Amino acid sequence: MKDNLQSWGGVPAEPQVAKEITWRHLPLPETEGRFVLPRGLGRSYGDTCLNTGHLLLSTAAMDRFILLDEAKGTVRCEAGMSLDVLLQTIVPRGWFLPVLPGTRFVTVGGALAHDIHGKNHHRHGTFGCHVTKFELLRSDGSRLVCSSEENAGFFRATIGGMGLTGLVTWVEFRLLRITSSLIESEVTKFRSLDEFFQINADANRTWDYTVAWVDFTSGGANLGRGHYIAGRHAQTGPLEIHKPTKLSLPVSLPDWVLGSTSVKAFNTLYYHRQRPPVMQRSLPYAPFFFPLDALNHWNRMYGKRGFFQYQCVLPSGDDTRPAREIVRRIVQSGQGSFLAVIKTFGDVPSPGLLSFPRAGLTIALDFPNRGASTLQLFDELDAIVAGEGGCVYPAKDARMSPAHFQSFFPQWEEFSRWIDPGFSSSFWRRVTGSRKPQSSQS
Amino acid sequence: MRIVLLGATSSIATAAARIWAAKGAAFHLVAKDPTELEAVAADLVARGGSVSGTRVFDFTDSAQHDTAMREAFAGPIPTDIVLVAHGWLPPASEEGGTPEAVRNCVDINFTSAASLLTHAAAHMERQGHGRIAVISSVAGDRGRASNYVYGSAKAGLTAFADGLRGRMLKANVSVTLLKPGYVDTPMTSAHKKGLLFISPARAGALIVRAIERRKDVAYVPWFWWWIMLVIRMIPESIFKKLKL
Repeated sequence: MKDNLQSWGGVPAEPQVAKEITWRHLPLPETEGRFVLPRGLGRSYGDTCLNTGHLLLSTAAMDRFILLDEAKGTVRCEAGMSLDVLLQTIVPRGWFLPVLPGTRFVTVGGALAHDIHGKNHHRHGTFGCHVTKFELLRSDGSRLVCSSEENAGFFRATIGGMGLTGLVTWVEFRLLRITSSLIESEVTKFRSLDEFFQINADANRTWDYTVAWVDFTSGGANLGRGHYIAGRHAQTGPLEIHKPTKLSLPVSLPDWVLGSTSVKAFNTLYYHRQRPPVMQRSLPYAPFFFPLDALNHWNRMYGKRGFFQYQCVLPSGDDTRPAREIVRRIVQSGQGSFLAVIKTFGDVPSPGLLSFPRAGLTIALDFPNRGASTLQLFDELDAIVAGEGGCVYPAKDARMSPAHFQSFFPQWEEFSRWIDPGFSSSFWRRVTGSRKPQSSQS
Repeated sequence: MRIVLLGATSSIATAAARIWAAKGAAFHLVAKDPTELEAVAADLVARGGSVSGTRVFDFTDSAQHDTAMREAFAGPIPTDIVLVAHGWLPPASEEGGTPEAVRNCVDINFTSAASLLTHAAAHMERQGHGRIAVISSVAGDRGRASNYVYGSAKAGLTAFADGLRGRMLKANVSVTLLKPGYVDTPMTSAHKKGLLFISPARAGALIVRAIERRKDVAYVPWFWWWIMLVIRMIPESIFKKLKL
């Protein structure tokens, strides 16, 4: 039994109860009439990993490999397998994960359930694009092997389905060949969003990985300045795994540490840290993909009240005004933190029914929880995003209104037909109002 | 490196085996559940290990001990490590409840382990080298009202391993006794998790290191040595009244 489980952002802070799943062949545990929700490493920022008043099924101990098929370039493993362990095992053999998020401390099950994306979305699409099959254990005891041919409806609903369609016991997906564990990167400073879009148009054609850090605390002449970060796998070099994280933030920091003055100062220093306008270097993959993993429990920086992450996507178009408007609003509010990134998604279709990524510009940044004023800002941003036909990322969300969710994801009712009647989450109950999950069709 | 794992599907044994697998170890795996054993074997293979043999049997079935251990040590390749990791923690409600439950607990945690260790010791003695490792528990350091049946079986195992160590000295075989404290495994799933709990992965890493260094006794992790020192020093007149 585990308790005191929270989401990564620490909002909402509600007590959770979990049971551990250790073996994939066993039936689901006794639930005593409660809804269940699978949970991996709890790195979702908001309440897609919470099930207040009901039961979480912790999958982190169900973390075995089943088959690493180097001839086919695929791996099949249990849903609780972490990307951290996967990388340790496959990198020395010249393989890499096709899609990596900003932290390696997530499970394969969580990656599937949120159909995660990475810096190579413009080339390789989402994690779900590389999944060949998985097994779904339903609350009626049935086990469904799902692929694009077999149980295709469940396949589509489960990818990005936030764990609501049943327990994923194992996942099989394709790996990426590498000849070196090093990343060749190029960092270019830009002074405005216009410059970002110029650099981005070329970079997405020539680089595998692209993302930009933006200073969301400076307005006026400095509005939209940042660093454009591009990377690709080096052709030659060692095949070395990442080093384990040694540093940890042992306690929550007091709120003033991340006050607006210190964050603004940090952003200014960070922007000027790199002197030349363009810098190239070769570095191990971990600092390139997971800079924040260097500090365990970095979420404690934001103090006991926790924090939100806001991530939205604005559909493609030549009109950059909506993006500019969002940046301007955030800068004006003075609430944004230093962990802010933007990236353009490509047009590789996401396989999931409820997948978040779609072609366009995505903006993601952290906000310390300052209560009503923070929530007010998010509602304003939601309205802009909705007006542009974009959407907000459920994996990061702890507060969007049911009306906004349902307009961002009009397919939600179609999706709800695939939900397992024994499964639910705090997020789902929140964004679908008082409606209970409807029974599934098979 | 050839390794015989008894109780291969226990979380702690698996965690240690994963570290050895990454170094290319060859395993002979013994466990009581065939499905679990198959899952663990596939995991170790994917991580770089190889599995030369497996056997499924109930550890309390002593009639099978001889065959099982002959098979484990068969073949031309000498065995570098034997890890005896099987064990069973009865639910708190059953502990000491009936004579049958007590016998069962002692059978699994002490009698079967001691018998299998005797077989292993004979094979290792013939080899003239190797390492024997036994997972006991801090619970064996002093009987507590809440789990004295499990504790007494582990106390027996501790004494057995201590004695065996002296006997095996001449044969150039080390005997490492491991005493884990609280580890977050299915065995402790009903317990509330506190600061003293460590993950199976960390327990596995500490165990591998202790065996590598041919330690005689290792508390897992080290701070349990201090905790148990304090526990052992409490006078019995007070200790018997404590709710531990």
